[in-house]
Order: sequence, then C-alpha cells, then structure tokens
Amino acid sequence: MAERVLMKGNEALAEAAIQAGCRHFFGYPITPQTEINAYLSRRMPKIGGTYLQAESELAAVNMVMGAASAGVRAMTSSSSPGISLKTEGISYMIGSDLPCLIVNVQRCGPGLGGIRPSQADYNQATKAPGHGDSHILVFAPATVQEMVDIPFKAFDLAERYRMPAMILADGLLGQMMEPVVFTDESAKQNEKPWATTGHENKRPPNFVTSLYLDPAILEQKVTERFARYAEIEENEVMTEGSYLEDAELVVVAFGATARICRGAVNQARTMGMRVGLLRPVTLWPFPKKQLRQLAGTAKHVLTVEMNMGQMVNDVRLAVSGAAEVHFYGRAGGMVPTPQDVLAEMRRILGGEQA
Amino acid sequence: MSVVYKKSPVLTDAPMHYCPGCGHGIIHKLVAETLVELDVVGKTIFVASVGCSALAYNYFKLDMVQSPHGRALAVATGVKRALPNHVVFTYQGDGDLAAIGTAETIHAAARGEKLSVVFVNNAIYGMTGGQMAPTTMPGQVTQTSPYGRSTETAGYPVRVCEMLATLDGVAYAERVAVDTVPHIRKAKAAIKKAFSNQLAGRGFSIVEVLSQCPTNWALPPLQAIEWLKENMIPYYPLGVFKDTAAEGGE
Ligand SMILES: Cc1ncc(C[n+]2csc(CCOP(=O)(O)OP(=O)(O)O)c2C)c(N)n1
Ligand code: SF4
Repeated sequence: MAERVLMKGNEALAEAAIQAGCRHFFGYPITPQTEINAYLSRRMPKIGGTYLQAESELAAVNMVMGAASAGVRAMTSSSSPGISLKTEGISYMIGSDLPCLIVNVQRCGPGLGGIRPSQADYNQATKAPGHGDSHILVFAPATVQEMVDIPFKAFDLAERYRMPAMILADGLLGQMMEPVVFTDESAKQNEKPWATTGHENKRPPNFVTSLYLDPAILEQKVTERFARYAEIEENEVMTEGSYLEDAELVVVAFGATARICRGAVNQARTMGMRVGLLRPVTLWPFPKKQLRQLAGTAKHVLTVEMNMGQMVNDVRLAVSGAAEVHFYGRAGGMVPTPQDVLAEMRRILGGEQA
Repeated sequence: MSVVYKKSPVLTDAPMHYCPGCGHGIIHKLVAETLVELDVVGKTIFVASVGCSALAYNYFKLDMVQSPHGRALAVATGVKRALPNHVVFTYQGDGDLAAIGTAETIHAAARGEKLSVVFVNNAIYGMTGGQMAPTTMPGQVTQTSPYGRSTETAGYPVRVCEMLATLDGVAYAERVAVDTVPHIRKAKAAIKKAFSNQLAGRGFSIVEVLSQCPTNWALPPLQAIEWLKENMIPYYPLGVFKDTAAEGGE
C-alpha cells in the first residue's frame, strides 16, 4: 500500500508529472507556480530527465512542441501572464495534433495584475487557448490529491486524442499542503507512429505541421479535429457532485472555489436548505448534459467563481432557461468565503424556504 | 557510362516553388548533399521555419517539424533534448532568425545547443512580398522602406555571425554566399562542417548564407547576383568568425 505524504500542491503536481513518465520540462519562473520549476530542476537531473529554464514562455512552449514532436511526454508550467505568451505554441500544437501538458497556476489579471489566486483565465483556457478553431483538454483540480492524479489522466488523454492538455489550477491550490498518495501505476504511454524520430530509411518521412495552404485540406483537418472533440465531449467529462438528488439550488464551482462552496453547502444542509454542489473536474469538455438534467429538477443554479463571471456563461448555455442562473464572484485576488456563498444561497432561496 | 552528376536522393521530385534565380534552391541542394555524404539521412530531423522555405517539407525526404515564425531554435532545442543522438537542424530566413526569433537564436547559441543552423540572409522578407528585414541594407528600397532604409528611423542591419561569435556556447560561425561557383563550394564545405560539428558533439554551429531574392529585390537573376556582390558582401564580410575545433578548443 502506497504511503501518504504531506505535499504542497505545486510540488505534488511536479512529482506526479515525473511519475506519469514526463522527462522533459521547459519553464520560466513566475509566481505562483515557481515551486514546479524549482522541484523539477532538483529532480530531473537525478533521473536523466531534462529541466530547461528557457529565455521566455514563448521559447519554453516551443521547446515543448519540439520534444512532443519527437514523441516524448513534455510539459511546461506557468501562470497567467506567461500563459498569454504560450498561446502561440499552444495553437501550433493544436494545429499539429501534438500531445503535451501545460499547467496554469492562475493569478489575477489583466496585465501584470496581482499574484493572488484567481480563476480569470477560464475563458482563455476553454474558449480561445490560441488562435483558430480549437480546443484543449482543461482539468481543474480541487485537492492536492487531484494535482497528483490529473497529470496521469491528462497525458494519457492528450496522447489518445492527440492534443494539448491543460491543468488550470490557482494560487490557493498551488500553495496548499495536504496528504497525498502516489499510486505506483506505471504510466503506460501510447504509440506515436507520427513522431519525428528520424525515419531510419525504413518508413516514409513524418511531418509535424499546422501549415495547410489548400483550404479544402485545411477544412478537412479542422473537421477531423472537431469530430475528435465531439467524441471527447461524449466520453471524457469528469465531475464530482454532492447532495444533487433533491437539490432545489445547485451550486456550480470548480477548483479552489468548489472547496469553499462545499463548506457553504454542508452548512446550508444543516440549516435545512435543499442545496447541492456540482464541481466540473473537466472544464473542457464541460458537463453540459449533466447540468441540463439537473436544471430539470432544480429551480436555481448558482455559479461561484474567482472572476467576474466566465464559467457562468457555459452554465447558462447548458441550462438554457430551464432554471434561473445566478452568479457570485470575486476578482483581483479576493477569495469568496463560505459565509458569502451562504448569504447568496439564502438570498436566492429566501422566499421559498424557511 | 558513369554518372557525374545526379540529384540528391534526399530531395523529392516535387517541382520547387522558389522563384527563378532564388538562392534557396541552391542551399537546399547543399544541405541535401551534406546529409547523404555524412550518411545521416535516416536520423535527421529538419526543423523548418516560416518564410519562403516553409514549404521545404515538400522537397526533403526527412522527418520534419514546422515551427512558428521565429521559434525554430526553441523547437529544435526540444527535439534535440528528446533525441540527443539524432541530427537536428534549422533552416531559417533573416526575418525568422534575426527579428522575431532573436531571443530564441541568442539563447540557443548561448546554451551551446548541439544544433546546426542554416541561416539564409537575403536582406528582405521574401515570403510576405518584400518588406524590410533586420538585415536590409541602408538605403535599400523595400515595400515598407519605400524611400530606402533610413538608418535614422529604422536603424542598422544586424550582423548575426559577428554577434553570435561573442558567445561561448557557439562552436562555429561562418558566413558564406551562393553568388558564384567558388562561393557555393565554400558554402557547401561550411554546411558540412556545421553538421560534422553536431555529430562530434561540439555545440552550436551556424552558417549564414548570403542569398539572392531577385523577385523582391526587383532585379533579374544575374543582376541580383551583382547586387549581392556589390552591396551585401562589403557589409557582411564572408569568412569564419568562430571555429572552436580549429582553435583546438574542443
Ligand atoms: C507571428 C507571425 N508574424 C508574421 C508572419 C508573417 N511572415 C511570414 S514569413 C515572414 C518573413 C519571412 O522572411 P524571412 O525570414 O527573411 O524568410 P524569406 O521568406 O526571406 O526566406 C513573415 C513576416 C507569420 N507567419 N507569423
Ligand atoms: S520571394 Fe525571394 S526568397 Fe522567396 S522564393 Fe522568391 S526569390 Fe526566393
């Protein structure tokens, strides 16, 4: 039985990436994710891996692209302003059908913003991770244990669907310490017959490219990719729910905010309020169907985020008028408290429940 | 009858899209011959850039990665770190390597990445139709320097080899040209050296090739060669700027 160890979120994620078979990390320091760089700079040289501190996030993500082209598990990690720079490489990797892992330990923007926790990059991650028609897999861990479990899943799905995966964490999770268990599941890697590893004069050359000047061919490429996206939306949605069966009010929150909401929901239940919590673990694919179903029984949906209202738009689309959708958010690095959320719930249910 | 000249087996039969008199075709041939002579075709990864050579994957029977504009040396770094025993090279224009990709270039060189770089300096942005490049000559007319490059407002051309030669990570930096047969022979020797260095694990090797872009210089091919000789070579002197193997500094 694997033992429990106490670890900081960022370090747990870094160790998990190694155990998931990643030996190539390219990064650039930025708060609040620097522990990932520091941890991997200690560990990689000891296990024959590559830790490379690049000259910028642009360079780092393109190094990931090179390593991914060569068929290895490669990753980079950054925080919001750095992710903006990485969008170029992310778009090229999407267009080249390359798997990789990108970590965004979000801070608040826009611009240099602040270094306190935030979830304001939700739209960027799920809607426009780079230019062009595209998606990436987006995972939102809410516990340090999930910072451990998700890298395995992320690399595996990224390879199976041939696309980048992102872990969208936040400063709270990155810095938080919790006991975790590393199950020594030996990371199985997927076949990569497309990788540019030198053809050894034994097979036709492989090209990793996003360039298709013929519109008919490019349209076909994009359409093929969207067929894969449809498959992902059908099969790979991950959520966690509590008290949903009889909930009149469903709170929807992800990441660290979901932890806060869980506290509020538990408290509300002791007060006799029929509230439940739906936590999307995958933000893309988004749990549309599940929300639509919940909206059949619940009258209200409350979305709580550390931003000015981003996921709430996906919630509105999913619910499409079947329930009343409310939003509570804080910005700038301010973190909502369980009391804030409880107050929102009471306000919404006010007239209807004692 | 013996064959005295044939097309390199690394090149495909696809007709090249380069304009008549363009230097890219000659440089492709030199790279292709080198890879065959060194017997590394099967273990080479070509990292293409964005510029007129972006379509090079049509012409080489090599595994290839098409990188974003300017990032070829970052992409190549990633490939080489994943496949340290393979041969990895970039082929970049002056806009790609010396403008948008300057940081990637300098830091790949400073890290001494064991890569070979074929840097095609044609003093212009070819692919996008002839705009000013960081290597455009003072006074040179381009689409975006219609009155001639003003050093007052647009500054001075960048001499890449001289600049990189100051970095300890660089094993080899040489500037050559493809305007005459003797120069082409020298260019071939330089390219071969850049790849041999990589096989010997020597560090960053760059060959800057002064090359004609008749189309965007608005000159017929022969006059373009004259223009290169009269304008570029005096500003960009040919020669070896650094060679650690020759200095015995391996
Ligand atoms: C990010 C980005 N900016 C601009 C472009 C447009 N663009 C394509 S090629 C090029 C310049 C190419 O010039 P050079 O590198 O000198 O190569 P050449 O075509 O002369 O061989 C530019 C600006 C692009 N593709 N990507
Ligand atoms: S535009 Fe210039 S560099 Fe491009 S193919 Fe034509 S001659 Fe060559």
